Amino acid sequence: MPRLSYQKALNRALTDELARDPDVFVLGEDIRVAVSNVTAGLFDKFGPERVLDTPLSEQAFTSFATGAALAGMRPVIEFQIPSLLFLVFEQIANQAHKFSLMTGGQCTVPVTYLVPGSGSRTGWAGQHSDHPYSLYAHVGVKTVLPATPTDAYGLLVTAIRDDDPVVVFAPAGALAVREDVDYADLQPVPLGVGRVHRAGTDVTVVALGHLVHDALAVAEEMARDASIEVFDPRTVYPFDWDGLIASVSKTGRLVVIDDSNRTSGMAGEIIATVAEQCQLTAPPARVTRPDGAVLPFALDLDRAVQPSRAQLVTAIQGVMKDG
Amino acid sequence: MADTPADLYRTTRLIRRFEERAVELVHKGVIVGGIHPYIGQEAIAAGVCAALRPTDIITSTHRGHGHVLAKGADPAKMLAELAGRSTGLNKGRGGSMHAADFSLGIFGANAIVGANGAITVGAAWAARRKAGGNGENTVGVSFFGDGAVSQGVLLEAMNLAALWKVPVLFVCENNGYATTLTVEDAVAGTITGRGAAFGMPATTVDGMDPQAVLDAAREAVDRARAGNGPSLIECLTYRYDAHHTWEHKARVRYRDNDEVAQARNTDPVEIQAARISPVERAEIDARIETVLDEAVAFAVSSPHPDPAGALDYLYATGMRARSGGGW
Repeated sequence: MPRLSYQKALNRALTDELARDPDVFVLGEDIRVAVSNVTAGLFDKFGPERVLDTPLSEQAFTSFATGAALAGMRPVIEFQIPSLLFLVFEQIANQAHKFSLMTGGQCTVPVTYLVPGSGSRTGWAGQHSDHPYSLYAHVGVKTVLPATPTDAYGLLVTAIRDDDPVVVFAPAGALAVREDVDYADLQPVPLGVGRVHRAGTDVTVVALGHLVHDALAVAEEMARDASIEVFDPRTVYPFDWDGLIASVSKTGRLVVIDDSNRTSGMAGEIIATVAEQCQLTAPPARVTRPDGAVLPFALDLDRAVQPSRAQLVTAIQGVMKDG
Repeated sequence: MADTPADLYRTTRLIRRFEERAVELVHKGVIVGGIHPYIGQEAIAAGVCAALRPTDIITSTHRGHGHVLAKGADPAKMLAELAGRSTGLNKGRGGSMHAADFSLGIFGANAIVGANGAITVGAAWAARRKAGGNGENTVGVSFFGDGAVSQGVLLEAMNLAALWKVPVLFVCENNGYATTLTVEDAVAGTITGRGAAFGMPATTVDGMDPQAVLDAAREAVDRARAGNGPSLIECLTYRYDAHHTWEHKARVRYRDNDEVAQARNTDPVEIQAARISPVERAEIDARIETVLDEAVAFAVSSPHPDPAGALDYLYATGMRARSGGGW
């Protein structure tokens, strides 16, 4: 069975959608030569009309995509750097996202924003290491965060076909993940449907993005002490609340590991929602970046502000002690 | 293309009287939140839109009623939108600053200064390329004020348009003030210089004269349709009324009464009226009053939207957001 890399999965999703739908086109910086690897081969296959190298004008080309979508096309924008999602926040949150409601449903804005390499890239410092999915979830833009190659393929395909703007955060920490896959099995993954990667009965660990792999490693390490269920929401907005509640209703304990800053991050929302709807056996815990974190450059400092396996182990031990 | 002198007069006059009625409705409390009146600037919307086809695309600004009307929107639905009624163009979800009618190529007024430029470039680019579509010759027009030329994203949009020869008109309505800030205090160099910097034709026209605006727009539209790319037209104009109707109460002082009175001596409605017969003018005026009487009656008698549907249309797919009130 072929080994599918995360990057190849994204590339395959783009290739398949470009081939399937003539309204799909891809734009971004250095995408002809595929600096990020994700667009490899697309320019040769689909040509300059459908694979557009843009000048370094993120704000303009993001709204250019909005305009193209309003006129009936399905643009996919690749952003080289996650922090560019701050620069284009106005264009996505305040423009693309608001057109449907503000026009009374006259139009659709089916744009996909693809960030291949979100979060720490190891050594890229303060302005290249953000992971701003909680910010986009907060304003209500559909936001997906695939952890595995098959989910990366399936969610990117779904994002492109969705009639609303969708941000696809491909975590830098997951890009090296490979999976044995039969290509024929690759298929769209619906938004808002989570995935239980490992079933357990004592505690639910909600892990976001690349942290799914850390959570699975920790669950294996701790298997003798606790039966850990690893829940991957896959889409942070819309969130699979039913799936999460089903898991926590079974385990009664909750730990969230989330690569967001602590205040107003997804972990806070996940815990609040569970607290509203479930009777927990023990107080929940979360492992996040610190409040207001800026990733410092030096590797040890970079690692010190990211959620770690050690912190997750401690958090799980804490919730297991109570109740 | 309705571009005879009588057509230009009709549009100019319609916008003027629509805006005067709308200001009255603001004062009466029928239009909540106020409006940015277009009074004084009517020649620009009338002139530019007279050069367009129904399939052409426009985007507009916070001061956008004129453009939307000139592109053909129904004044009754427009007024109902300003009054926040469910019969409005946007079903009461957009209001004065977001009026849109996609069936007429009106891709929306936009409340962020300079934000519509790049949207227009993308829309015009796509309309030309749209697979299987009939958009081969579609032209896009981005209206914006002098304040917008200080927005980086607009300049980025001009660069993209020129680079990719996108069929777009950048129409700058230079009314001398960005809210209260004068052009002299805001703009280094010239407005046309910004277009010239990207290698596009950039001209300044008398924005109080509908015919002069039409002539300039027609040349730029022809150029764009022929595949020769974007142009910039700077229309010199003057806003007779407030930046926003809140000024009617707030009395912000940034220009003196003499200046406004002087400017009012040059009136686009009168300039265009002089080009048609008094009889024709009287007929058009009477017809417009009837249309607007009906529009006001339609707006005020239309239902308010049901609060239960406050977040209808939030997602095109019909996805429902979680409610904010408990569970």
